[in-house]
Amino acid sequence: MSSDRSASFWMLVLNRLRKDWFAIAGGAIVLLLLTVAVLAPVIAPYDPGSVETARLLEPPSADHWLGTDELGRDVLSRMIYGARISLMVGFIAVGIATLIGVIVGAVSGYYGGWVDELMMRFVDVMLTFPSFFLILAVIAMLEPSIVNVMIVIGITGWMGVARLVRAEFLSLKERDFVAAARSIGQSDAIIIFRHILPNAMAPVLVSATLGIAGAILTESALSFLGIGVQPPTPSWGSILTEGKNYIEFAWWLSLFPGLAILFTVLGYNLLGESLRDALDVRLN
Amino acid sequence: MLNYVIRRLLLMMPTMLGITIISFAVIHLAPGEPIDQMTNLNPKISAAAKQKMRKMYNLDKPIPVQYMLWLKRFVKLDFGRSFSPDARAVIDKITERIPITILINVLSLAIIFVLSIPIGVLSAIHPNSWFDKGGTLFVFLGFSTPGFWLALLLMILFGVVLGWLPISGIRSINYYQFSDFGKVVDVARHLILPVLISSITSLAFLSRITRQNMLEVVRQDYITTAMAKGCSARAVYYRHALRNALLPIVTIIGFSIPGLIGGSVITESIFSIPGMGQLFYASVMSRDYPLVMGILVIGSALTLIGNLVADISYALADPRIKYE
Repeated sequence: MSSDRSASFWMLVLNRLRKDWFAIAGGAIVLLLLTVAVLAPVIAPYDPGSVETARLLEPPSADHWLGTDELGRDVLSRMIYGARISLMVGFIAVGIATLIGVIVGAVSGYYGGWVDELMMRFVDVMLTFPSFFLILAVIAMLEPSIVNVMIVIGITGWMGVARLVRAEFLSLKERDFVAAARSIGQSDAIIIFRHILPNAMAPVLVSATLGIAGAILTESALSFLGIGVQPPTPSWGSILTEGKNYIEFAWWLSLFPGLAILFTVLGYNLLGESLRDALDVRLN
Repeated sequence: MLNYVIRRLLLMMPTMLGITIISFAVIHLAPGEPIDQMTNLNPKISAAAKQKMRKMYNLDKPIPVQYMLWLKRFVKLDFGRSFSPDARAVIDKITERIPITILINVLSLAIIFVLSIPIGVLSAIHPNSWFDKGGTLFVFLGFSTPGFWLALLLMILFGVVLGWLPISGIRSINYYQFSDFGKVVDVARHLILPVLISSITSLAFLSRITRQNMLEVVRQDYITTAMAKGCSARAVYYRHALRNALLPIVTIIGFSIPGLIGGSVITESIFSIPGMGQLFYASVMSRDYPLVMGILVIGSALTLIGNLVADISYALADPRIKYE
């Protein structure tokens, strides 16, 4: 695909997205969060770890917009820093999953034969595990930490991407431009990564966007169970876990982090769905 | 048909073998050795006793040999004994916890199936109507809401504020004083919230898929033909379109089983339901390796069975599939 043709393709996609209400809403949420995460030290009114023993479990007020927690820490500041954790887990976990998925899918689809058979069998096995069971077991065996959470969500979440990329490769490798590249003696690696892969990226982009939503949900669930991000690092899931013990009289500790997770995940889901429509790909 | 089922069952064998290999590898990821958890905390255990224990669990042998020994017992459904103080057989611990987990998941699947299809179909038949817009909103909120958080909110609302529903366990303290009917009602009241929570994500997802499938089918030539020959819209949608739109749903329901079973860890932990999910969480936290391994394998086997049922239903529903 020549560069000006692909440029016009992405312009077309962008134009479609601009007219889509979902895309605008999703994009706005995602941008807002990125800004909050990057500017956390500037916009957070308090240090997320600073303890104020005189002001424990205070409801939302002018000083503390979202109240304080059981150690007198400012909930808003902790949530602003929590945005960094959620986004980092989302991006890195999905980055790992996409990398593995693209390589497995590309090799499987391009070479076919027993390589394909073996790899797809492996994908089947991985998909048979109750997903959360596998994640839980691996993290608990490795010791819970934020790095392990990202790695484990990544290495248990690549199978969908692998199947998508494989399917794209199966049809793309029969096209004339691949035969042309081969006829001038280009290596398999060049054909796979330079010629075919760029044409197979649309579904990968969609599934990565939706994958970030999933990874953020999984991280929050793990932190909620106490085996994700460890205190005192603030993550939305861990703020919720600490808050649930006080839910009957300190509702703000449970309500706001949950809403933050909901809107973030919603943002990525809306963006992912509109990208799918704009790029016209089918994931199922 | 019988041949088809047998062939599918045979195809499940290598997958099952793969599952045991991966589960076994996961257990051995842990630093140190599996008996550390039991022995390090107990100062009375001598080096000799530790060695004896290693021998008892075959930990003194190379890992591939350990795996083969494990596999040999697995074929007889013997998963060894739990590391917990009761030292009961793993298989007994699992089988007493499985029924409630299966009950919750089957009820969830039933709710997903019964609700998602009408929501999806009605949205697709009246695109951009208020129903469709409301449905879309529900779908997006449904798969963006963290289930554990929604569970907390609903517990507070229905259990504490309104006092309508119990929020933990599966039966009341005075369960045994109820009549038979009263017992069923009591368990049902306990299961309302857990079933709701475990079905909400898949419900949203499947409504969306049904809508998309239906919209695509409605554009097909045979639908135009049916309309052109004067069929009523009702007949076209429900007789011609729905059946074709439903076929992929059967497969997708099969795909949602691993998510449902995995989700039972969270649902059962929050609502204190003594099922397999809660047992798994406890076993993972206490590094009860034989139990972790047993549940990983049995949970996956349940998924395989669910997929098999989905495939058989698909073959029955689609006359184009030849199962010879």
